[in-house]
Amino acid sequence: MSSRRLSPDQPQSFAFQPETLEKAQWWMTKYPPERKQSAVIPVLWLVQKQEGWISEPALRAVADLLEMAVMRVLEVATFYTMFQLEPVGKAALIQVCGTTPCMLRGATELIALCEAELGPRDHLSGDGLFTWQEVECLGACCNAPMAQINDYYYEDLTPESLKAIIDAFRNGETPAPGSAIGRRSSEPAGGALTLTDPSLYDGSRALPITAIPNAKEPA
Amino acid sequence: MPKAKVNGKEVEFEPGMTVLQVAELAGEEIPRFCYHERLSIAGNCRMCLVEVKPGPPKPQASCALPAAENQEIFTNTPMVKKARQGVMEFLLVNHPLDCPICDQGGECDLQDEAMGYGRAGSRYDENKRAVEEKFMGPLVKTVMTRCIQCTRCVRFITEVAGEPEIGLLNRGENAEISTYLQKAVTSELSGNLVDLCPVGALTSKPYAFNARPWELTKTETVDVMDALGSAIRVDARGPAVLRVLPRLNDEINEEWISDKTRHAVDGLARQRLDQPYVKIDGRLRPATWGQAFQAIAERIKAAKPERMGLIAGDLQDAESMKAALDLFRKLGVASTDCRQDGSKLGHGPRESWLFNSTLAGLEEADALMIIGANPRLEAPVLNARIRKRWLTGKLLVGVIGEQADLTYGYNYLGDGPEAIKRFLDHGPIQKEKPAFLIGQGALSRPDGAEILNLIGRAAKALTVVKDGWNGFNVLHTAASRVAGLDMGFVPAEGGKDAATMLDAAEAGEMDLVYLLGADEIDTNKVAKTFVVYQGSHGDAGASVADVILPGAAYTEKTGIYVNTEGRAQIAERVVFPKGEAKEDWTILRALSETLGQTLPYDSLAELRGALIAAHPTFGHIDHAPGHSSASQFAVNKIGVAGEVASTPFASPIKDFYLTNPIARASVTMAECSKSRALSLGLLAAE
Amino acid sequence: MVGILEDKDRIFTNLYGLQDPGLEGAKARGCWNATREILQQGSGWIIDNMKASGLRGRGGAGFSTGLKWSFMPKEVGARPHYLVVNADESEPGTCKDREILRHDPHLLIEGCLIASFSMQAHAAYIYLRGEYVREREVLEAAVREAYEAKLIGKDNVHGWDFDLYVHHGAGAYICGEETALLESLEGKKGQPRLKPPFPAGAGLYGCPTTVNNVESIAVAGTILRRGAAWFAGIGRANNTGTKLMCVSGHVNRPCNVEEAMSIPLKQLLEEHCGGVRGGWGNLKAIIPGGSSVPMIPAEQCETALMDFDSLRELRSGLGTAAVIVMDKSTDLIRAIARLSYFYKHESCGQCTPCREGTGWMWRVMERMVRGEAEMSEIDLLLDVTTQVEGHTICALGDAAAWPIQGLFRHFRGEVEERITAYRRGRPHIQGHTLAAE
Ligand SMILES: Cc1cc2nc3c(=O)[nH]c(=O)nc-3n(C[C@H](O)[C@H](O)[C@H](O)COP(=O)(O)O)c2cc1C
Ligand code: SF4
Ligand code: FES
Repeated sequence: MSSRRLSPDQPQSFAFQPETLEKAQWWMTKYPPERKQSAVIPVLWLVQKQEGWISEPALRAVADLLEMAVMRVLEVATFYTMFQLEPVGKAALIQVCGTTPCMLRGATELIALCEAELGPRDHLSGDGLFTWQEVECLGACCNAPMAQINDYYYEDLTPESLKAIIDAFRNGETPAPGSAIGRRSSEPAGGALTLTDPSLYDGSRALPITAIPNAKEPA
Repeated sequence: MPKAKVNGKEVEFEPGMTVLQVAELAGEEIPRFCYHERLSIAGNCRMCLVEVKPGPPKPQASCALPAAENQEIFTNTPMVKKARQGVMEFLLVNHPLDCPICDQGGECDLQDEAMGYGRAGSRYDENKRAVEEKFMGPLVKTVMTRCIQCTRCVRFITEVAGEPEIGLLNRGENAEISTYLQKAVTSELSGNLVDLCPVGALTSKPYAFNARPWELTKTETVDVMDALGSAIRVDARGPAVLRVLPRLNDEINEEWISDKTRHAVDGLARQRLDQPYVKIDGRLRPATWGQAFQAIAERIKAAKPERMGLIAGDLQDAESMKAALDLFRKLGVASTDCRQDGSKLGHGPRESWLFNSTLAGLEEADALMIIGANPRLEAPVLNARIRKRWLTGKLLVGVIGEQADLTYGYNYLGDGPEAIKRFLDHGPIQKEKPAFLIGQGALSRPDGAEILNLIGRAAKALTVVKDGWNGFNVLHTAASRVAGLDMGFVPAEGGKDAATMLDAAEAGEMDLVYLLGADEIDTNKVAKTFVVYQGSHGDAGASVADVILPGAAYTEKTGIYVNTEGRAQIAERVVFPKGEAKEDWTILRALSETLGQTLPYDSLAELRGALIAAHPTFGHIDHAPGHSSASQFAVNKIGVAGEVASTPFASPIKDFYLTNPIARASVTMAECSKSRALSLGLLAAE
Repeated sequence: MVGILEDKDRIFTNLYGLQDPGLEGAKARGCWNATREILQQGSGWIIDNMKASGLRGRGGAGFSTGLKWSFMPKEVGARPHYLVVNADESEPGTCKDREILRHDPHLLIEGCLIASFSMQAHAAYIYLRGEYVREREVLEAAVREAYEAKLIGKDNVHGWDFDLYVHHGAGAYICGEETALLESLEGKKGQPRLKPPFPAGAGLYGCPTTVNNVESIAVAGTILRRGAAWFAGIGRANNTGTKLMCVSGHVNRPCNVEEAMSIPLKQLLEEHCGGVRGGWGNLKAIIPGGSSVPMIPAEQCETALMDFDSLRELRSGLGTAAVIVMDKSTDLIRAIARLSYFYKHESCGQCTPCREGTGWMWRVMERMVRGEAEMSEIDLLLDVTTQVEGHTICALGDAAAWPIQGLFRHFRGEVEERITAYRRGRPHIQGHTLAAE
């Protein structure tokens, strides 16, 4: 990772769209009124949802909204790596996990594929449709290797399945996230070996409990 | 008091102290980079590691660890030494070895500690990291590759200066210090960043490559750029004053100074008056002292005392004012004034023109009403103290006057006298130690005396003065002012004040006006009058003078200054006056002889003796009267009862960087002024 | 049956999301059953039973959960109390909290209510890592359901006013460290705080706060419903209960599974994961508790139990019980170098040893991957790890040091061989190899 800097090309201005502002205000209600700053990550994230990236005028708008020093907003924007400080691909931002658990299961090949298909990392692809990055462990290691594409996780990938996904995005489609080999989630491939006891799901566990174990004697 | 052992030696300590402080009590010096007494604790450099029992079997950061009863602290065990060596090695792996070209060389904490904890050679085989340069404005030069990420600068600018303009961007080894979009820092205290930075990342831009510390003679003295009298050290090489640094003085400036105090020094070398001049045929021509005195003597002998006047400027030492006042009184002149700005202070009890709570005492105040002042511009260091108190949450601030960014929150109560009136029948407020801070913006107007009376009555109503507490505080802007008022440098019976003298001069009713370093006046008004200017700089006063007598700047003479608290302090001579210029009192003494009115003192000591005999307060060096006389101070009886105009108050300072002749001669101050104007959008960027 | 734990003793009965994660489904699986009665037993009772269950924090450090709750001030003073749930799950190898968040969110919400009640907190925040967008959507929906059903909120059916808020980060492993998490939640950079003060004294917004892992909180309801003794009866003494384990890397079928604590590592891999790729004999080494713990070699895997004490004896740790399996095809040096990169990337940058040391360690590791290093640098590198370890504000420094120490503890020979191979045929002068170019 090199230093994260604001893009040299900046728009003149930024304005919250009404939906963004409404959501930002909803976030702000989660914290004590004098603690608006708590909402800075969620609000920056909303800005990124709206614009695709975070521009300098947006930093100032967020600072105004949350009554923060703009320096503090910039610190946050450069500290957290999910914030994109430059425009990213219109069709997809592909973040391939490269950390050891994924590496052990083939992330290196996924990265090679991205490089071949989309050009150098951290840059807009030639057609402006894609940006790809290598990121750190995304917390889906049982479904390695995987990538986050836009908001969601694409798991159990191979270079072939990832290529198919990229192609789909290129064609304007949004392929379904999840496992590329048909797993429901993190159960063993081929089907769960546990949690098969039907009594877990027959409602018997919802029956009234007559006595809490170790309950205090009624006074 | 709890006890702890440091390397086996028992010490008592105050509850709440850190392990680092306790170790220092025991005489153990703990190396540190991030820790600074006046900033919040970051605990990030990890240099101050010590071993503590009971505690985990690993070294602890002593700067952040509260000391505990019966704790055993070890500062020199092999574990501690190894840990510190490790930290030092890490600090150096990416720090350039450019000490020979670094301005911090010789006074660099990293260099010093590397002597004790550094390795002989580097074990780091990788390339060193380079960090992009950052722009921080005209005063702070950056070499960010040298930065050790201690965050002192971030904490200072955020906490003390109250302008959160510096931050630590990115993270991990990419972390770097920057201002937002590399804009200039706008704090009036930014020069302190350079002192705080333990390495050569932030150095003084104006001082860049000027000198090495060991070439300098260092003189401890006091500042005159505002009325606080901050403790400073002036460094000179030969006849040249090269830099000003703060000295520690908890009662006045803690360890900060303003950018003007620090960086107006280049003004000491420019536009200097270094020989006498006499106007002949409309043109100032170099003259000898004798010729100059003769020219003045001729005029004075021909003039009537009531058609002569004497005005003292803002940077004047007490002794020269005393000599001038004595001389003019001998000549029968009643029109004497040290209040160029038209302030109406100077009558009644001394408390009515002092900052009675004392500067440090303001930290006990629980409510503060700022009236007609902008302390940020008039006394930035005091403003930082107000902010410090405000940050504790124990100070409520109200402002009457200009609505400025003071770096702390306040309730805005109104723009002028009307807002004060509302408090006249206000009951005592539910505060233990309420205080007023009254600026010259309220008092230097035609109805200043009436306003003073109004403020006094409001102070009474709000119990700002009571037994044991005197929260009636006047903030002066001129370093010379309190001394002037203390010695009665105001019009004598029947005399004119500064403004009236100038009006009379404009009307052709004055024969001679003597400007003793007075430059903050409307010089157009003296065009028709014979003007003597005695001072150090070719500024406003000199431009209208008929005779110029070259005086000494504050670094070139020893003299007493009395700060806004009424604290008399002695400023020391750092270098000799320029060229033929002389210490000011000696000029007046010599002139008195020419006039046949010889002043009765032959040495500075005798002059001081006379001053103290007449006004004993000048003898109380380094002492501020504070609350001692609170019970006798009838605050509701000061000033003059009468009508006041509803005109809003305006701070006397329009441009912080250009308030006196030295600052106006300074190239650095001019740059600061321009940079500030740019950041305020007053000037279009080129 | 596979493994040790029977289905009837599993807490996370929708671990794989095969059932309805919503309120109806959760209730049918026993969530929210008798919650009111549990609260009626009082705060002291809850804490005592949590202690008795032997539950140790599931976030990695393994500190007794009941004990931690008991550190909160007994009386609420001027400052409110908070519970903060650590759902930042970023430790490489770990992906268990994710399944709770998206498949069994009501267990977590119920746990939040119970834990908050026991610590007299009227509000709790759940801090999710920012990348868990889908998980956040599901969790937010579940919270909404709980509010609508008056299970939480003002005047809820449980009689304890309680607000629950979902918050998220934006990509920073360090925010899993509890005080960095609090900083982040306050809208700042995630830089760990100095301790003391500890969160129980001054945490979120300077108020008394307890931070717990998702799993630690989500098991609380079931433990109290079924009894501390039930939970304590699973596993070994001091290592009790059930535990979500995440197996990744070179097994035939990587998966998450809830198992009994102290299950033999080999049994876990063999029975739940279809064994090591290429057979047990093909095993080279395992990182048993998430990337921060030192690896153990195949021989030790034979007998290791998945619990705190057994793995500590092997100079490793249970951590988050995220098992990363590496077979004989693995370039262990590269695998660890990649972790070194991770720690360098994730260091917050405030402490000198971590900021400078993680980069240094990674750079040397990268050269060792190629063999382009001096033999003497092995000891130098180990020395550097000890200069970082234990010298920083938070444990990220330790976490960066340990994997490297683990590698050299067991596979030093492999590194030496790599260096020798690189030097073979290359001229070197006074111990320094001349670069190939
Ligand atoms: C660098 C670092 C990262 C951590 N990441 C996590 C994390 O992602 N999730 C977590 O629950 N705990 C994490 N922890 C541990 C927490 O600091 C804390 O111990 C834990 O949340 C306490 O919860 P528990 O007692 O329920 O385990 C991390 C610690 C460190 C030092
Ligand atoms: S610039 Fe100086 S004061 Fe600021 S963080 Fe770097 S070393 Fe510390
Ligand atoms: S001085 Fe204590 S960590 Fe820096």
